[in-house]
Amino acid sequence: MRFLNLFFALLLTLTLISCSKKTQNLGGSKNPLINGAGATFPFPIYSKWFYEYHKINPDAKINYQSIGSGGGVRQITEGTVDFGASDMPLSDKEIEKANKNNNNSIMNIPTVIGSVVITYNLPGIDKNINLSQKAIVDIYLGKIKKWNDEEIKKNNPGIDFPDKDILVCYRTDGSGTTFVFTDFLGKASREWKDGPGVAKDVRFPVGQGAKGNEGVTGIVKQIEYSVGYVEYVYAVQNKLNYANVQNPNNEFITPSLESLTLAADFSVAEMPEDLRQSITNANGQGAYPISSYTYLLIYIEQRNARKGKILKEFLKWSMKEGQVYAKNLGYAPLPESVIQKNLVKIDLINYSTN
Amino acid sequence: MLDIIYEMFINSYPSRSQFGLSFIFSQDWDPVKDKFGALAFIYGTIVSSIIALIISLPVSLGVAIFLSEMAGKFLKTTIGFLVEILAAIPSIIFGFWGLFVLVPFMRNTVQPFLQSTLGFIPIFSGTNIGTGMLTAGIILAIMITPIISAISRDVIKAIPNSQREAAYALGATRWEAIRMALLNAKSGILGATVLGFGRAVGETMAVTMVIGNRAQISAGLFDPAYSMASVIANEFAEASKTIHVSALIEVGLLLFVVTFIINSLARLLIYTATKKYDTR
Repeated sequence: MRFLNLFFALLLTLTLISCSKKTQNLGGSKNPLINGAGATFPFPIYSKWFYEYHKINPDAKINYQSIGSGGGVRQITEGTVDFGASDMPLSDKEIEKANKNNNNSIMNIPTVIGSVVITYNLPGIDKNINLSQKAIVDIYLGKIKKWNDEEIKKNNPGIDFPDKDILVCYRTDGSGTTFVFTDFLGKASREWKDGPGVAKDVRFPVGQGAKGNEGVTGIVKQIEYSVGYVEYVYAVQNKLNYANVQNPNNEFITPSLESLTLAADFSVAEMPEDLRQSITNANGQGAYPISSYTYLLIYIEQRNARKGKILKEFLKWSMKEGQVYAKNLGYAPLPESVIQKNLVKIDLINYSTN
Repeated sequence: MLDIIYEMFINSYPSRSQFGLSFIFSQDWDPVKDKFGALAFIYGTIVSSIIALIISLPVSLGVAIFLSEMAGKFLKTTIGFLVEILAAIPSIIFGFWGLFVLVPFMRNTVQPFLQSTLGFIPIFSGTNIGTGMLTAGIILAIMITPIISAISRDVIKAIPNSQREAAYALGATRWEAIRMALLNAKSGILGATVLGFGRAVGETMAVTMVIGNRAQISAGLFDPAYSMASVIANEFAEASKTIHVSALIEVGLLLFVVTFIINSLARLLIYTATKKYDTR
């Protein structure tokens, strides 16, 4: 046993040594490896982008680890990666910390739009049901307990709701999905905002937690009369039922990529200069209310000129040619208005000083 | 090892200084409002592991006795092989199996049955969803059975044959001979049990999938609960606030302490057990 331990220790050391050598080589070679880390939600589109962009520019070797938004923010703050990614924009405090740590200035660049849908299991009802904002808030606050509640019934004429308890299901692992969903709930209801709050980890007043989109889906698919929220892409791929959600314009909107891009387009007039914006509950005809940007986090001053040049060119490409890949992967592309704002920001990236 | 403890101790400082002892005695876990208390997780971890042990111990012992004392050569190798394979299944696989097979089974069969027959006992009440403390305990039981049974089998096997022969020579029945072997293997079996318990305490993925993940303490075994390892796995990747990260690290530290206490208790048990045996 002791011998075995020794052997493994030796093996580990050897691997570590060889690893460190490898990274050194890459760092010193002509084409540096660009490292990024962060959100899992945009991982499919990012890896597609890096792959396609590498074909165009063989010098661009970009490595992305989907370790979660929180991890991405931590790593970019510590300066251990070249760019970060997060499903929610950085808070003022986080920006201040990152800027101070690295003596630099960090930017939030929205890349694509994602969305959250309300999925449910109602045997015998195969139509998309309409859910008002009040209904969704009250279900998640535990105030609406049964499916045949007046608030649900009145917006669904012709559907016979059963007299059954609603089983509420939520994401238990910290995630951008929960953030977007609670952001929407917080805008829809003061009570939610002051109560459970808006965050990636929220203590939900009722219901039961499941891990990941697959966990929530597992529960909603199996348990009759349950309700949960998952990413739009995930719901489409798994052919889940999802609800039409009431928007501020008093329409019930079926989630679709078009209705998401619309939500972004309606919000663009109010977009602040630093591009940090929540687009849930966007006010406009046909806009789906539960959606959000996902962001790349990048420093303005790029200390490594080669890496900075590649990153800047890549970002420009992702705003033009890159956006075409979004739809096929289930993300809504940015509206032209936002792309223009992004390009102005990307132009600020500076790498020549090195 | 010391370095791990040191790191966890240092990094949990913000949370330790802010919450002090109330961290252990409060079950209020609300990352939005920066309130952190780990009691619900500690409770969930320990109770689910104890359920696992209660279910697993008799089964494992049965398997061990069967494999070491009764089974013929063919059965011995096949069953032994299967048990070892069971130990090698990654825990996430157990998790998915639990979510898609065990949970519906619990919901449709086991829990309604328990509710109708033993429902008057408070622990068999609660909403019948399928996930929850009991399901987590059962998954854990399945996961630790191979460990406990494999080690117990080896320990029982190690009892010299001369002892068995002596027992039979004195006119002992088969059961009496097995009992004698068990008695001699007591400390080893205890050690195996502790090892299994330790795995149950630290198990993460499979438990997360089925425990319901709700930071609450409730009497009903059908109600959702939460475990220490699960909350770390769930929240660490997305935690960005310093105090949140530090609270999660403190949960890790507590997990360490719990494991340490369990191991020390087991040592003590083994020590007293062997001592009694020696003086007899």
